[in-house]
Amino acid sequence: MFKKTRFWAIMLIVLVMAAAVALAGCSGQKQESPKEEQKAGRQAAETQKDTNKKEVILATTTSTVDSGLLDVLKPEFEKKTGYALTIVSVGTGAALAMGEKGEADALLVHAPKAEEKVVEKGAAVNRQLVMHNDFILIGPASDPAKIKGKPSVEAFKAIAAAKSLFISRGDDSGTNKKELKIWEAAGIKPSGDWYQQTGTGMGQTIGVANEKGGYTLTDRATYLAQKKNIDLRILSEGDKDLLNIYHVMQVNPAKFSKVNAEGGKAFVDFMLSKETQELIKNFGVDKFGQPLFFPDAGKEEYK
Amino acid sequence: MELIWQGFVQAVRLLLAGDPQVMKITLLTLKVSGSATFISLFMGIPLGAVLALTRFPGRKIVFSLVNTGMGLPPVVVGLWVSIMLWRYGPLGFFHLMYTPAAMVIAQCVIAVPIITGISAAAFQQVDGKLRMQIKALGASRIQTIMLMVREVRLPLLAAVMAGFGGVVSEIGASMMVGGNVLDRTRVLTTATVMEVSKGNFDVAIALSIILMALAYGVTLILTLMQQRGTRT
Repeated sequence: MFKKTRFWAIMLIVLVMAAAVALAGCSGQKQESPKEEQKAGRQAAETQKDTNKKEVILATTTSTVDSGLLDVLKPEFEKKTGYALTIVSVGTGAALAMGEKGEADALLVHAPKAEEKVVEKGAAVNRQLVMHNDFILIGPASDPAKIKGKPSVEAFKAIAAAKSLFISRGDDSGTNKKELKIWEAAGIKPSGDWYQQTGTGMGQTIGVANEKGGYTLTDRATYLAQKKNIDLRILSEGDKDLLNIYHVMQVNPAKFSKVNAEGGKAFVDFMLSKETQELIKNFGVDKFGQPLFFPDAGKEEYK
Repeated sequence: MELIWQGFVQAVRLLLAGDPQVMKITLLTLKVSGSATFISLFMGIPLGAVLALTRFPGRKIVFSLVNTGMGLPPVVVGLWVSIMLWRYGPLGFFHLMYTPAAMVIAQCVIAVPIITGISAAAFQQVDGKLRMQIKALGASRIQTIMLMVREVRLPLLAAVMAGFGGVVSEIGASMMVGGNVLDRTRVLTTATVMEVSKGNFDVAIALSIILMALAYGVTLILTLMQQRGTRT
């Protein structure tokens, strides 16, 4: 009996040691001699606490990442403020949900109606207009539903009437919300074989539409980033319904005590600053010959 | 065809030029999946031994659970580990979300059942008479286990390879708990998905080739160790 307990005791010690080594080794990323391990562990825990104050979690839509914009802005933000920016790129619906649970510090999203609801609930504060671009309707060059040049609502009606393949994000993202609003305006409840939902990000969805020769609604930035890989053309653009508006906001620190209040505010201020707005204005011009986003800080809200 | 060739050229260029970004991502992949496999060994092998060599009520149930766990979907693990580690989750006070440590934890959850399952099968293969003999020669329980481990070292190395292969190639959990943060939690699989989303297929192909080379390299070393073991 004694031997049995000793065996289990040793097993337990091995497990605990393995877990301790793992945690100390990975979060601290430093190598100390085993004797100092305990002390180092405590130190690592303390620096961990500090880094939490220095970390800003940004929940954002896929387009700001897939277009490459945040690759440019992240190092600027970190250099200017000293915070480390953790970017979680999900659909706008998921990003807002993270905000509502207090799991992010700042949000950069593009679904004004849904955003207003989150602000009303008190989960987000300091919501500011940052920039815009536009949504475009892309599809195969053969254009089976003959939508070229039609305004978005008419184009959607034509696609549904022809039962041409339409690839939807289907992920509650900002683009998906916009798409559903256009269907609503067209008085159509899209369903059937011709209406397929990918449930993935914009870049992926464009890829699916390209392979299957379907139509899809996309933001212009992601389309331009993908353009070199695909055969889909812009078929409908430019009407007022297709405006794509981005806002930045802080997750409300008064509601969630674990939110990095200063960090979230720093990110909002950073996005609105003159230098950042200038970066946004020029982003992509060298690569695509046209801007991907148009800075809007300080302007009046779009109606 | 041209795309694959471009990707291949890009991979060679990235590797030869020692592109610092790619080096960092590769190194982090090795660190995270390596330590996850290492930790899982310390849990999986004893667990496997206990399952194979002892008898206790409910053992078959546990055994079947472990065997099911060998095919645990990484996204499921990612989701549950995320729920645990979120700020307002039960383990939120550790502040591990979006850190390499969180990825190691998730990958351990994936690797432990794999290593447990294979080592349990290995221990069961050992001739019962050998165990009797070891015991008869007066070995303590620990000594018995050590001798048994020596006996099954070849299948155990296979367990290590399967465990490492399982975690180095998974993406669902790493993406969810790591967040693909540049310089901190971006590993080869998450970087590949990101490059595809960005439309940079050549870079994505290059990363995938590096990932496969890495997986092959590690497996090669382990295989050499395993096969050297057969001679003695």
